Amino acid sequence: MSTLTALARAIAADTGAAQPICAVRHVHIGPRPLVFIPLALAGEANAPLAAMVGDDPQAPVLLVVPEPRDRDQRFAFAAELSAIVLSYIESHFAEEEPVGGRDPGTRYADAPQLLVPNPAGIAFTRLLGRSTRFRRTEGPYAVAESVPVLGRWLTFFADRAEHPGSSLMVAATDALAAHWATGQSSLEDGNLGALLGWIDPPPGMSGAQAAMEAEDPVRCPPAGPATDPTFDNEILDQRILAVRTARMTGDGRACDRAKAALTEALATQLEPTWALMWRAAGVLRRLPAGGHVRARWDADKAAFTWHAQHIADGGPPQPRRDGAVSAARRLANAERVQEMVAAQRAFDDPLVMAEHRLAGEAFAGQVVTAEPDRVDATGRRRVLRPRITVETEDDMVAETSVTLTSPARPSQKARVVDVTGPQVVLELQGGMGRSLTPEPGSVPAVGEPVCYAAFSDAWQPPPAFPEPEDTPWTHGGPPPEYIPSDEDAREDWS
Amino acid sequence: MNRTEARLARIRGRALAKTHNARTIAALASNPGCARRAILDAAGADKQRIAAYAGFPAPFGQSRFALARGNAVEAQVKADGAAELLTLLREHLNLPIPQAHYDDLSEVGGNTSLDLRHARTRTLLARAAAARTDAGTMFDHPLLRLEVGGRHAFLEPDLIAFQLHGRFTIVEIKSFPVIDGQADGAKVAAAAIQSAVYVLALRDALAEQGLPAEAVSHETVLVCPRDFSSRPVATSLDVRKQLTVLRRQLARMDRIDDLLDLLPNDLTFDLDPDGDGIPRRSPAALAGAIRQVDARYAPECLSTCEMCFFCRDEARGGTAALGRDVREELGGVEHIETALRLARGARAGNDLAEAAELLRTAARLRADIIKEAV
Repeated sequence: MSTLTALARAIAADTGAAQPICAVRHVHIGPRPLVFIPLALAGEANAPLAAMVGDDPQAPVLLVVPEPRDRDQRFAFAAELSAIVLSYIESHFAEEEPVGGRDPGTRYADAPQLLVPNPAGIAFTRLLGRSTRFRRTEGPYAVAESVPVLGRWLTFFADRAEHPGSSLMVAATDALAAHWATGQSSLEDGNLGALLGWIDPPPGMSGAQAAMEAEDPVRCPPAGPATDPTFDNEILDQRILAVRTARMTGDGRACDRAKAALTEALATQLEPTWALMWRAAGVLRRLPAGGHVRARWDADKAAFTWHAQHIADGGPPQPRRDGAVSAARRLANAERVQEMVAAQRAFDDPLVMAEHRLAGEAFAGQVVTAEPDRVDATGRRRVLRPRITVETEDDMVAETSVTLTSPARPSQKARVVDVTGPQVVLELQGGMGRSLTPEPGSVPAVGEPVCYAAFSDAWQPPPAFPEPEDTPWTHGGPPPEYIPSDEDAREDWS
Repeated sequence: MNRTEARLARIRGRALAKTHNARTIAALASNPGCARRAILDAAGADKQRIAAYAGFPAPFGQSRFALARGNAVEAQVKADGAAELLTLLREHLNLPIPQAHYDDLSEVGGNTSLDLRHARTRTLLARAAAARTDAGTMFDHPLLRLEVGGRHAFLEPDLIAFQLHGRFTIVEIKSFPVIDGQADGAKVAAAAIQSAVYVLALRDALAEQGLPAEAVSHETVLVCPRDFSSRPVATSLDVRKQLTVLRRQLARMDRIDDLLDLLPNDLTFDLDPDGDGIPRRSPAALAGAIRQVDARYAPECLSTCEMCFFCRDEARGGTAALGRDVREELGGVEHIETALRLARGARAGNDLAEAAELLRTAARLRADIIKEAV
């Protein structure tokens, strides 16, 4: 939380309307995401109760587990879900695109995208992946062939959700709250209906009123995976019981009727969230995309292509727990990318940059003097080193000889030469062509508004780690090779 | 009945008294400055009912599926004199426990009176601590007491205190799963603070018998279903940190007597039920009574206190209602309106000068970019 966001929250509370805290969209929203809204049975360890899923707002598919504590029905649910999710994923295998860079090749031209309502939806997906990816398709407790594949993909998506800047799996509440400040607390922003009420209230209603209405679980059921306890106690319990009773009596028609009643009840809990999810996607799409969004989505496409190849090549499923090397690598990578994404967001978005300006990590102002043709002749070689003076109102803790970067010219370094009151003198290097006269526009002109930051969005190389097979004994030695075991395949899911 | 008890009974009115449990103590300790919760809990008032009657029903309830699962897990672990639990403790604590007795203390000869149960718990605990035999003892539903706000609160715990060689370990059974050695962080944190409440209460009980604090281990045992199955797995929790926090928070709480002194003598949350139990008191009058006791609302209350919607409504317009972090970032200014006035450049007194400067700068930056004044 920054002071700017806090101020935006105060304004929102005062005016009753959500306030933007980003000028651009920092998350990729594809043209055809797969919305996935899982519901779980309360108290159980990841027992699917129902799900609404699909990539067409007009055609949701509702899956229901009439007896959520029954292992066979859970796997039947997983098989039904895999039919939808896998065909959606495979529809992205059709088109490839070339990639340049250090090792040229091809990758899929687009990647699938999973939208879930909230972080708990991601956690549910992760556990559903965990409970299905080790299953066997033959022998005792065999499951449908698609089930372990679904498990591996769901695990992949949930893992990517932890990757900074990735948009392969997005929780709607997170994405919305990252772009708007509401007049309620961040805890209350976890309610998708209330959050969207603040941001996009129905006509004739303030955001605050819409959020208030959305807190009524009858009008706006929880966005899952947890269900409304009152719904559980007053409706769900009876309808599940009715299906069970009808099945035991062996009356096929009564059983069908009971199942239809259960399905109808669960639909009432899922349909409002289904509508909210597509509204959330629409609201986000209306924001213009930030400059780095595309590059980050390209990285997502590469990760997707890699994983598809890994499965096609017969690679093993993701382990239950990371080995020492892959855990260290994952963590280091996440920290590095996190920092890079934070810088990219600031460079793409003046409102985000303003937070850094307030924190004294950047400043904005106007160029008051410029020496674009200044040449430094003190060294062995004459080099082009233009100087500019920037006048700023910001409280910049600019110290001499610190190197800064400007979002407008990210390949150019600016060294602080002198700070006098509101005036900062900068010496520029790079990004001006090869001759001793700068290319037009490469040096900020007098009167130009500029911004300089003490951080940059440059790509940092990952640190070196040993190969997993060279894990030192201090870290447990090389991890055992994955061998599918009966125990994995037979694991209880009750 | 002493004066304090009499006043608390009057505040509670004709409703049945609710006892504390580890969850309520943990919630209280997480917001020690809230006099409203302290008084309502001390009086044993039914917060759920009161809040609902005043027009603000609590936003949470418990699903019967969750209850059923919780009971099933507990029943399984405790079945046959807690045989399964004993196996877990042997393996997990690596203890050579040849045998263990199982004592259910939920009633004393058919009598469930709190004082009686507490006295019996104390006697049995002391006897077990002194026995020094090889046999362990598992005490189920011991009734403990903890001093909260200068007043003894009974704890209706849902746990087992396991004793071996005069040393006690708290065992808590929870129904959330531990999957591949990992569990939901928030749930583990809640379980840890609840276990700490029990450790503290058990230490108090033993101290009355002249036994040292070390007689109760700061390592508690958490028993949960493993992976996706219903088989239990035991995990150790070191609750030293939670004990420190809890002790500090309980010490910070005002004494109930001092809080009562600030309140009118005739204050009551009685709903004035008629012969059929239907309340006759007007909701507005009840709300008025509630407002007499100061609350300290924070968004965290939304998941821990039944009064939360009432207090949230009352706190509207305050920066704290937006979250403690928001209030801090706004320079600690109490009201949203004040913060906005300062941001627009209103003059501030010395105490708010720094906050005003920060808010003005933030407002200038924001206005520059979105081309709209604050």
